[in-house]
Amino acid sequence: MSATKTVTDASFADDVLMSDKPVIVDFWAEWCGPCRMVAPILEELASEHDEIVVAKLNVDENPSIAAQYGITSIPTMNVFSGGKVVKQIIGAKPKAALMADLGDYLS
Amino acid sequence: MSDQHVHQVVIVGSGPAGYTAAIYAARAQLAPVLIEGAVTAGGALMNTTEVENYPGFAEGIQGPDLMTAMREQAERFGATILTQDATEVKLEGDIKEVTDDAGNVWRAKTVILAMGSGYRELGLPNEKRLSGHGVSWCATCDGFFFRGAHIAVIGGGDSAMEEATFLTRFAEKVTIVHRRDEFRASAIMAERALANPKIEVAWNSEVLDVIGDEKVSGLRLRNRVTGEESTLDVTGVFIAIGHDPRSELVKGQVDLDDEGYVLVSGRTTKTNIDGVFAAGDLVDHTYRQAITAAGSGCSAALDAERHLAEHA
Repeated sequence: MSATKTVTDASFADDVLMSDKPVIVDFWAEWCGPCRMVAPILEELASEHDEIVVAKLNVDENPSIAAQYGITSIPTMNVFSGGKVVKQIIGAKPKAALMADLGDYLS
Repeated sequence: MSDQHVHQVVIVGSGPAGYTAAIYAARAQLAPVLIEGAVTAGGALMNTTEVENYPGFAEGIQGPDLMTAMREQAERFGATILTQDATEVKLEGDIKEVTDDAGNVWRAKTVILAMGSGYRELGLPNEKRLSGHGVSWCATCDGFFFRGAHIAVIGGGDSAMEEATFLTRFAEKVTIVHRRDEFRASAIMAERALANPKIEVAWNSEVLDVIGDEKVSGLRLRNRVTGEESTLDVTGVFIAIGHDPRSELVKGQVDLDDEGYVLVSGRTTKTNIDGVFAAGDLVDHTYRQAITAAGSGCSAALDAERHLAEHA
């Protein structure tokens, strides 16, 4: 089973904004090569860290939330805490670099 | 972890060069280890759409699909493929060492370098700041977000033509901004772009700055003939001004030319270090095609195989 959580335009408020834990939302699409590259890294991160939620939002199927947060490049990973964007990571990165960027939210 | 086993060949980097080297080395029973890169696995073709000129695919093939197929072909013959970045190499001596970003040290009698190239930046401060906020290097990834918009594509080569043509699927208008008065792209790509009613060209134009607070709102241009400055109102800027070899990893060990390409001896793939070979865009500033990269990957595997036979 996948350790990441799939979120949609409809479930975004409940799953992300109201979440008790910080949520990393990966904005992605099928046709994005670098998104495919970062996907397994996020899976690993999700299975290794239960202090955060790793969520995936398909921008093709859920354009409203992507537009609302002004996403113009994917992959973009926004960290939400208490309903607000507290960190934005743009572009695919190796695991070590991603972990360093997310340092404040990982224990 | 430190793997004490001495492998026959370790290949650093993927793309057509790395995967083809792995296919040939695997079929030669050399059990290659391929360190394909963490987020660069598959190389430059992962960010492309239709590849129309790779022989054998009469109807064309998607770049990522071609790379997936090459990767599977290498695995089928027994290549070990690691989705890691190489972080350090020690290439001198009979036993070479390659360290990956998990800290594993891979020892081998030969190393094939195929790290490819990375996209070039304009070098403007606002370009970096607005990267991901309207500035992009990947039309296939980000074109989707510019529906009905006016987009600029910067560059005059094949990738600029490909991106501009691709972006007309989404954009209302695409302006190609090019420094010179003619494209260096291949005739078929340039003609296709120029014939597209949604594409305009700003010839002889140099980009002075990318404008925008939170996101891109325009480009500041200077005409290189008249000296006149102007503003192009665009919300998206796609940069396709070429690539630089990704040779930082081997700098100081392997001989490079002034532009950072790895130097090889004559028509071989031999570098200045015995047992170290190089292939693909890392070496080639002339052709830079998927097929030439694949061809040189094959040559590198054969050169490595011969080296191993001679030093057995």
